[in-house]
Amino acid sequence: MTRRAFIKTGAAAGFALSLIGGGALAQDTIKIGLILPMTGPFTSTGKQIAAAANLYMAQNGATVAGKKVEIILKDDTGVADVTRRIAQELIVNDKVTAIAGFGLTPLALATAPLATQAKTPMVVMAAATGIITERSPFIVRTSQVVPQIAGPFGEWVAKQGMKKVVTIVSDYGPGHDVEKWFTDRFKANGGEVVNLRVPLQNPDFSPFLQAAADFKPDALLVFVPSGVGTQFMKQFVERGLDKSGIKLIGTGDVTDDDILNTIGDVALGLVTAHHYSASHDSPENKAFVEAFKKATGGLRPNFMGVAGYDGMHALYEGLKKTNGAGGEALVNAMKGLAWTSPRGPMSIDPDTRDIIQNVYIRKVERVNGELYNMEFATIPNVKDPSKAK
Amino acid sequence: MNPEHRRIAAKYLADKWRWKPLEYVFWLAALAAVWLLPSHHLILNEIMITGLFAMSLDLILGYAGIASLGHAAFFGLGAYTAGIFAIRVTGDPLLGLALAGFASAGLGFVTSFLVLRGVDLARLMVTLGVALVLGEIANQLTWLTGGADGLQGVTIAPILGKFEFDIFGRTAYVYSLIVSFLLFLIARRLVISPFGLSLRTIRDNPLRASAIGTPVDRRLIAIYTVAAAYAGIAGALLAQTTQFVSLDVIALHRSADVLLMLVIGGTGYLYGGFVGALIFKGLQDVISSWTPQYWTFWIGLILVILVLIGRDRMNLAVATGLARLRGKPAPRPRTIVGDR
Repeated sequence: MTRRAFIKTGAAAGFALSLIGGGALAQDTIKIGLILPMTGPFTSTGKQIAAAANLYMAQNGATVAGKKVEIILKDDTGVADVTRRIAQELIVNDKVTAIAGFGLTPLALATAPLATQAKTPMVVMAAATGIITERSPFIVRTSQVVPQIAGPFGEWVAKQGMKKVVTIVSDYGPGHDVEKWFTDRFKANGGEVVNLRVPLQNPDFSPFLQAAADFKPDALLVFVPSGVGTQFMKQFVERGLDKSGIKLIGTGDVTDDDILNTIGDVALGLVTAHHYSASHDSPENKAFVEAFKKATGGLRPNFMGVAGYDGMHALYEGLKKTNGAGGEALVNAMKGLAWTSPRGPMSIDPDTRDIIQNVYIRKVERVNGELYNMEFATIPNVKDPSKAK
Repeated sequence: MNPEHRRIAAKYLADKWRWKPLEYVFWLAALAAVWLLPSHHLILNEIMITGLFAMSLDLILGYAGIASLGHAAFFGLGAYTAGIFAIRVTGDPLLGLALAGFASAGLGFVTSFLVLRGVDLARLMVTLGVALVLGEIANQLTWLTGGADGLQGVTIAPILGKFEFDIFGRTAYVYSLIVSFLLFLIARRLVISPFGLSLRTIRDNPLRASAIGTPVDRRLIAIYTVAAAYAGIAGALLAQTTQFVSLDVIALHRSADVLLMLVIGGTGYLYGGFVGALIFKGLQDVISSWTPQYWTFWIGLILVILVLIGRDRMNLAVATGLARLRGKPAPRPRTIVGDR
């Protein structure tokens, strides 16, 4: 045998072996591609979800229906075309059973057509715009939907006897959603709303705060990306608006558990609506928070973390039902799942594949030296109102 | 110019014009990847597009000395033009590509007058400003661009009615490769010419360039417009091959990344962008699959090392190695391709 022929034969044998090996592996292993922003401005989202997903696997074992489950974690840096490319590679090269993660709306929307094309179930664990689940019949969501929070909150605020509210939202998609749904429901219940929008890039709020104060509202609703929230609250307090009788309210994004302690005392008394608080009073949540802190060296889980945890739960339960099969069967198996999550009772709507969950009204308080969102009212089993026909 | 000078200049250009062995190697390797690396077409497509984008920046930075922090403005305009064209008019990719090139060239031409005013720092600010303004316009025109959610529903027809874009990214890569190669040929023709030489003169000393009669402003406007068209076509390639456009095509990090890649790959010889994109994206892909959280640390470390050693010295080491293999004496300390 010449050297060249030897190399050729060797290569062919290796290739054949790898094919056989690959085939055997595909049968015994269920691969889940987890695509998250692990670097860049949205690192916190990625960190929370990855930690929670790993925690779920550590607690529930890495085997489902007799098959080994493996997470392939990929960093998309929060850029949509990268997310899509990674999802495509995971589907084509790694032959994953499902893809999961998706930190922001455009990232999920960019990937949605792929899920349809490849018939790969796609679990959205963070992105929150209403339309996402309508973009592919293979999408299941375990995070939250913006109208689901903002709509009922508008209704609740109106019922507290408030007549006039000013909304200040960042001028981009999610901000517009919050503004629309809060305003609609608040007005429908007899309130009066003034809408203000602040540029996403410009965090100087003083002119807007002044304009808001001039309307003399009962409350001021704020929605800004989580990091910017701190600045907003500081300026709110600096201008003495907290003492003028105007209540500051918002969706829970502003008092994210992950950053609440660094915001500091300016956040005290802030009333928000959201679906998860690390202080939620239930045995499931106590166990979750404790285990999460232990696994991450003291990090407090936030709504992103719990969505990652529940996303893994949905996948595990679905895979149990399908006996490890993916594709359409897995999506169907996840439809209608209901369980008690650390956030409280939740289920996957069989019609829309979107999440149904409680929305809690909370107030920021200092408990045991730390700031927490303390839940004091519950709006049970909220469906996404934007999909209610 | 007396005949002797003319002869020297002509000989210099003719020397430059001849293809170097490494250039063949580069493009043949890129072509071979179509068959040899079938599972990497998606990342290769991204590298090729980014490389083309970086090359367009090289045209203005490496040849004309215009530093830009807003080159993504043209990339983004091209991407949005191609995406919106595909949704509203027709999904034909080549038409979309051409239109995107023209749109970006138009913007490049108009904004080039801003760039003419002021020098380095002012130019950085002006280019950055143009990109920011365009980004905000794209954010606000939700009905047209989809705003923060991104542009959806882009469907691209098969190229020439025959080659459909597949999920493996094969068509996408071949398409990007061919477009990039053709544009590269044009760029190569452009910079290895009296026009290209006059640009270098302007880069090295604008005052002297105008003293010897080079129309500095006109040359800068011309190359800035061409570079903008190139960036627009790169953006269109991305929009067409991913069938999605979002605001981050225009974001500051894209302008900064491409500048970084160009610095890694080296300016002023056209290949710098491709090499930089290959190194940056390749390393990112490999390292981030080992450590999705901390890959930026390793990239940063490699960059620091790169700067400390110096690219010229590394190129020299490679060239010396090659020369030894061939049994020739070591070359003089200069870069192997190009003359910077």
